Amino acid sequence: MSLDGPNRVILDPRFAPPFPQAALPVLRNPQLRKNVAHAIDVIQTKRGKLVAEKTDWQALRTAASAIRSHTLENLGFYLEQFEEHCTAAGGVVHWATDAAEARQIVLDLLREEKATEVIKIKNMTSAEIQLNPFLEANGIGVIETDLAEIILQLGEEEPSHIVVPALHVNRSQVREIFARRMGLKNLSDDPKELTNAARTYLRQKFLTIPTAIGGANSLIAESGAVAVVESEGNGRMCLTLPRTLITLAGIEKVIPRFQDLEVMLQMLARSATGERMNPYTSLWTGTTSGDGPQRFHVVLLDNGRSAILRKPRQRQTLKCIRCAACMNACPVYRQTGGHAYGSVYPGPIGAILTPQLMNMEHAQSLPFASSLCGACYEVCPVKINIPEVLLELRSQVVNQERKQAGRIFDPMYIGLLVAHFLFANAGRFHAAQWLGRIGARLFTRKDGWMHSLPSVGAKWTQTRDLRGLPSQNFHEWWSQRDIRRKKETK
Amino acid sequence: MTASARQTVLNRVRSATGSLDPNVVAVSYAALPRDYVRRGAMPREACLERMIERLREYDAEVVETTPPQLAAEIARQLEASNKRIFVAPAGLPVGWLVPGYDWRMDNDLSISEIEGAEGVVTAAFCAVADSGTIVLHHSPTEGRRVLSLLPDWHLCILRASQVVETLPEYFDRCPHPPTLATYISGPSATADIEMTRIKGVHGPRFLHVILVHD
Repeated sequence: MSLDGPNRVILDPRFAPPFPQAALPVLRNPQLRKNVAHAIDVIQTKRGKLVAEKTDWQALRTAASAIRSHTLENLGFYLEQFEEHCTAAGGVVHWATDAAEARQIVLDLLREEKATEVIKIKNMTSAEIQLNPFLEANGIGVIETDLAEIILQLGEEEPSHIVVPALHVNRSQVREIFARRMGLKNLSDDPKELTNAARTYLRQKFLTIPTAIGGANSLIAESGAVAVVESEGNGRMCLTLPRTLITLAGIEKVIPRFQDLEVMLQMLARSATGERMNPYTSLWTGTTSGDGPQRFHVVLLDNGRSAILRKPRQRQTLKCIRCAACMNACPVYRQTGGHAYGSVYPGPIGAILTPQLMNMEHAQSLPFASSLCGACYEVCPVKINIPEVLLELRSQVVNQERKQAGRIFDPMYIGLLVAHFLFANAGRFHAAQWLGRIGARLFTRKDGWMHSLPSVGAKWTQTRDLRGLPSQNFHEWWSQRDIRRKKETK
Repeated sequence: MTASARQTVLNRVRSATGSLDPNVVAVSYAALPRDYVRRGAMPREACLERMIERLREYDAEVVETTPPQLAAEIARQLEASNKRIFVAPAGLPVGWLVPGYDWRMDNDLSISEIEGAEGVVTAAFCAVADSGTIVLHHSPTEGRRVLSLLPDWHLCILRASQVVETLPEYFDRCPHPPTLATYISGPSATADIEMTRIKGVHGPRFLHVILVHD
């Protein structure tokens, strides 16, 4: 199933091909498209039902959005508060300005523990900083414990969704991966049997490996507590059995108070998996004598986030709670799946987050991977106006490209400048229409269509025809209407 | 390096957001809109029925009883489980430890002793009817986190007075943020393979609830 050669999936924005090119292998793979569409249909149906039964959904969205915005506006305050309370409760807080620093901090902590293996809870931040390959290269075995992550790890697949990362893999493909990697020749493709195989495979690892790495859904400033939501119980295993726990979290994950969870938890499960509540939510504060890991570290990661915070219109990107509702609702994601985005963050949120995390130096094709239909904004539980950010990033990309190429006489740019000049004044606009009609007549065939245009116009006519301009526009027709009527009544 | 990274990140964040006067932050926080439903409007009986309905949707087994009948009901549940070895939190009421079973009280049990048990009996802190959620704050009657995690069979004793309708009502019952908490909404589950819901991955595969009308 893994694509090799030119179709190999690359989720590193620095090396991934542009979106239209990366989307092709999926668009040409009917099985893959079927898997993606099926998974999304199931989640969307469940989500729709559960959101509809919630009479205060819009009020919850407003509250969730306000809590997240308020936190970001006062992020420094809440981060320090979290650090103070977490430290007082026995946790150790580390700060990392970028991915390389975060990886090194985690590796140093693991070496202090003399760890040769580590168990992991599914964690987007760790995928963002590409922690697994780094640890493996430094001789530490990484064992993912979320079922989907095991499928990906054993199958050497890349994630294509942030909540159900293996949604592009179907049951027979899972069977093949498990049979091969776990040495279970007689395994059937029944999801129950496959799940049991994973349970057995992991049980001993949970009980014996003394170090775990996880993420955070929320860091609670007021108490220094960390919250993790999950379904399978692998999270609870990693959070309670090991001697040492390392939590890796983006600096934007903080929320002011414990009570704010009453909003965030109501939004998250409904938006992410279409459940009223996810099966397990765990909350812990530093270390507790006799219960759970006695050594607890939190690594707070910046990695481009503070630069996003600096830009008022783009700041809302950081409100994201990683529920994936936007990708489930997106008509583009539905067709291309997640791999086309060339990043661990696919879909609409990935299209705005990835280029910004890359400081607009990579992934510039992503803001264009959208029809701007607004479905992502409508479903977003924290009201991120993704289309607004997409447009902002598009204009940045265009300006950047023009500057880089030194294209002062760029036909597109000059064309748009001219259009701006013409559209701003009715007289100029009418004159332009009159000229345009004369010009278009040169290219309009007898059937009333333009089949081929020169220069920039060819970009349109390469794939479709353009209707010729009518001899009269609506404005002219309307102004002559009264004259016609008078004639008719006479 | 860590100290300077801390300063670098905080400086960047502060320069992006401006001043951080704690009083201003507090005023702004207090003004956040919270127009969602805080308190449910259901009559008591309907609220308890909703709780039971939600638990059953998760494939949890629910039975109802009264305080005088509780011990007998626990005995019935243990009998029906076909299991013999149970772990119990150190503070579990003595009356709940019905005789005839191998009870292992959690006075610092080792992981392998807990793993060796077939079931666990605990109390709860609260339950939320809206989502069918059982809340544990891991007090001496609810047990350490690992206790309700490793055994495959979990019997939870829930008093009707602990059941609230909405999630915000639970938060109203917390005077302080809990140090530890686990929210359980049905047994461990996954839908990672073709979105087919499979019960029982790593946590207990069987969740039984006795609702005591107190």
